[in-house]
Amino acid sequence: MLENPWLSIGKPEQRIDAVEKAAGTVRYTADYSVPGLLHAKLATSTQAHAKIKAIDVSEAWKVPGVRAIVTGKMFPYHIGPILADRPPLAFEKVRYYGEPLAIVVADQEYMAKQAAQLIHVKYEPLPVVNSAREAFQTDAPLIHENSGKYMKIISNVYPVQGTNIGSHIKIRKGDFITAWENCDIKIKQTFSFNLSDHAALEPRCTRVEINPAGKVVVHSTTQSPFTIKKVLNQFFNIDVGNIIVHVPLIGGAFGGKGTVQLEPLAYLASKAVGGRMVKLEFTREEDLITAPGHIGLEATIALGANKAGKLMAGQYTYLIDSGAYTDQAAGITRAMALDCTGPYDIPNVWCDSYCMYTNHPYATSFRGYAHPELTFAVERTMDKLAHKLKLDPVELRKINAIKPGNSSPTSAVLNANNLGDVEKCIDQAKKLIDWDQGERLETADGKVKAKGISTFWKTSTTATNAQSGAVLKFEADGSVNLNCAAIELGQGSKTILAQMVAERLKMDIKKVHVTMEVNTQSDPHQWRTVASSTTFLAGRAVMNACDDAISQLKRTASIALQCSMEDLEVGGGRVYLKPSPEYGVKIQDIALGYKYPNGHAVEGQVVGHGRYIQRHLTPMDKDTGFGKPGPWWSVGTQAVEVEWDPADCSYKILKAVTVLDGGKIINPMTATQQMRGGMYLGLSFASQEGFIFDQNGTVLNPQLRTYQMVRFGEQPAEYIVDFIETPAADGPFGARGIGEYGVIGMAGALANALSTAAQVELNHLPLLPELIWKTRKESQA
Amino acid sequence: MITNGTGKTVVRLHVNGEASDVMICSADTLLQTLREQLGLTGAKRACENGDCGACTVLINGEPMHSCLCLTIETINQPITTIESLRDSAIQQKFIEKWAIQCGFCTPGFILNCQALLNKHPDADDETIEEWLQSNLCRCTGYQEIKEAVKSLLPKGSAS
Ligand code: FES
Ligand code: FES
Repeated sequence: MLENPWLSIGKPEQRIDAVEKAAGTVRYTADYSVPGLLHAKLATSTQAHAKIKAIDVSEAWKVPGVRAIVTGKMFPYHIGPILADRPPLAFEKVRYYGEPLAIVVADQEYMAKQAAQLIHVKYEPLPVVNSAREAFQTDAPLIHENSGKYMKIISNVYPVQGTNIGSHIKIRKGDFITAWENCDIKIKQTFSFNLSDHAALEPRCTRVEINPAGKVVVHSTTQSPFTIKKVLNQFFNIDVGNIIVHVPLIGGAFGGKGTVQLEPLAYLASKAVGGRMVKLEFTREEDLITAPGHIGLEATIALGANKAGKLMAGQYTYLIDSGAYTDQAAGITRAMALDCTGPYDIPNVWCDSYCMYTNHPYATSFRGYAHPELTFAVERTMDKLAHKLKLDPVELRKINAIKPGNSSPTSAVLNANNLGDVEKCIDQAKKLIDWDQGERLETADGKVKAKGISTFWKTSTTATNAQSGAVLKFEADGSVNLNCAAIELGQGSKTILAQMVAERLKMDIKKVHVTMEVNTQSDPHQWRTVASSTTFLAGRAVMNACDDAISQLKRTASIALQCSMEDLEVGGGRVYLKPSPEYGVKIQDIALGYKYPNGHAVEGQVVGHGRYIQRHLTPMDKDTGFGKPGPWWSVGTQAVEVEWDPADCSYKILKAVTVLDGGKIINPMTATQQMRGGMYLGLSFASQEGFIFDQNGTVLNPQLRTYQMVRFGEQPAEYIVDFIETPAADGPFGARGIGEYGVIGMAGALANALSTAAQVELNHLPLLPELIWKTRKESQA
Repeated sequence: MITNGTGKTVVRLHVNGEASDVMICSADTLLQTLREQLGLTGAKRACENGDCGACTVLINGEPMHSCLCLTIETINQPITTIESLRDSAIQQKFIEKWAIQCGFCTPGFILNCQALLNKHPDADDETIEEWLQSNLCRCTGYQEIKEAVKSLLPKGSAS
């Protein structure tokens, strides 16, 4: 490796939030209380699909301390981030088990809870649509009778009236039909998994008040404070300027806190009690099923190649189980199409990605936004194809690895700048997992050690005008405060941004103070903290702000030093003359303006500001998918080694490897944290997680005790993380995004390893020993 | 002295070496009392069902899920919360080993680790695993937490 030419970039600077978090003194949203705070509780649906005949609140009103009860009739409108199809409180019908029906506001939480339990709902049950495939049938019961009439909030969403299709996104690249006919080798595989959940440790919580002057003040566990403003404006007619959203630190989100659900409910609750401050905190059960979760999927992939293993044609059909409402699943449907092939060069692509309504809890973004899910299906198919071609699975991936000069499924042109180096990632992962030692080995004690590999890519599918801003305010001691509306969810963004400031201003990182909380009134606009976009978008804004601050510092210093600005340099807490660095002025002496010896003063506080907005992104064409969906593609390869026991089909994960090309790594330790955490989440999802539904659409495991996930001790015995750092010319210091990437290839790699171990095709998740056992039984039969 | 149901009574708790009077109902959990009356919000509410360990505190030195303890059961027992472990070795290790991301699980984990260190200074891997399985972390992947606690338990194997 080259010597690090940087001061702070590329160094494992300690997270700026670690000390307070270790002390337990960080206050998250639910940790604040004020006297007089009222509490809201929801009454939720006990049916997955039913007409609401009557809601009787008379018993509930008898509970002492009840201040208000709000039902769907009081706000009979639909809201949503992409397609406005979801009533905040159900009216006329319920569409999932756990759906909000009414809010009770009371003096104490237990009173609200007691009252909510006394709300009696009369239902007329409707037939339940219990899977995406069922929903797709032409005679399926309709979940939304008028889906064609819903308001579209963004352009790329296409509900089909009279069906359960909430959106249908197409890719038509090249001439798939002819190419398919000419392929030497063809295979087709089907995959599926149920909806699951983010289960961030912090349950969602919000407080809302409406002050007498009409200002709506929101405190919330959100990744998208500016989207809350947009939603309250769009659907509740509040002036954007009158809405203030505060966000403290967040206790994990993984995409689950990116959409807006609680805040409109708490707004309605506060309105019902004359604007008093109302707190709505979800219980774990509500957080799991009432709040949106992670999509389910049924996927069919057909791949065609020539004899040498070069992919010629790919067909992808994705039926996304979005649950009762489209929410971000409509965007995931689009994302699943636009990167449908995985990081492979396939000239002829045909993809139909459907967002399917079912009577399941609705789904929203989940770390990786369609990519962990599509990668599972694609990478399993690649392994199967390799077997059919009698090629090493690693070799097949290398033959087809996408390169600069190729184009994405949406025909976006890829170059050395916007695409990471796929081949290098494959080679390095192959080495780190000791691939050449053998894919499958039987051990002396009758167990099997097997390896699986998975290659992946992802672009950052933001809004075409996604943006970020940053403000740098200098203090009298020469230190600087950074304000930026990137949310700290645990991913370490605030630390990364501090490093960028330290680097650009060539100052000690201890002198960079980052405002941890976000306040939409004092912080510049930021699209959202999602899509691995923060390092890139906020990073560019921060660099821009630094440049602005530098020119102000130079200007004030040029007056103090009686020289021209061009001759000056900023660094080490000083502004000094380039040719004679000993001649200069301390930043602390000019941070609040320069004072002449006679008392006269000039210039004033140095306040740098900067901004950045996505450039040249476009929506996708409705018929072909043509368009430029994101600024760059980070790529990577992951591998897993398992030890599987044929006796009972149980297994241990021995090793998990990630090699990622995310451009320049700003902080190798926070980046490694992100990878390990992502790998954990991906492995937990792949091996254990998922909602269990009965035939009525009831979730049978809505608790952390029954919703299984990987616990301490079940994690891989070894996590190996490595980075390839192909710089992105337009990224801050050459960085691309990395936040979601650790998750993406894990399900594919684990399923490949276990399929190799058990010598069966494991095409469904979660990969419980029971599933392996069943699949073996079936294949032996 | 405690009336059933919603009637309130003042009781004395011994938290972090101090005696504090709190006003409770018989149904109040220790988690509620610590958070709402004493402002000790380091104990987190994440499931209220004994499934996640985010609410862990030490009662008489034993790690307990405070969401499953009634406050009245803890009268006259020494209670330790994260707020009193300031600058402890285990906290330092969590920082040093990068065992913290969002930080929501951290207080519960640190208290559980502290109890483990006190009770089983010679804990082996199996004991560590058994103890820490009661706490969930969704951010880190557990590797760094394992490193943090093991660095203070000389008998644990090196990795
Ligand atoms: S909140 Fe007590 S164990 Fe989860
Ligand atoms: S650090 Fe987020 S849950 Fe553990």
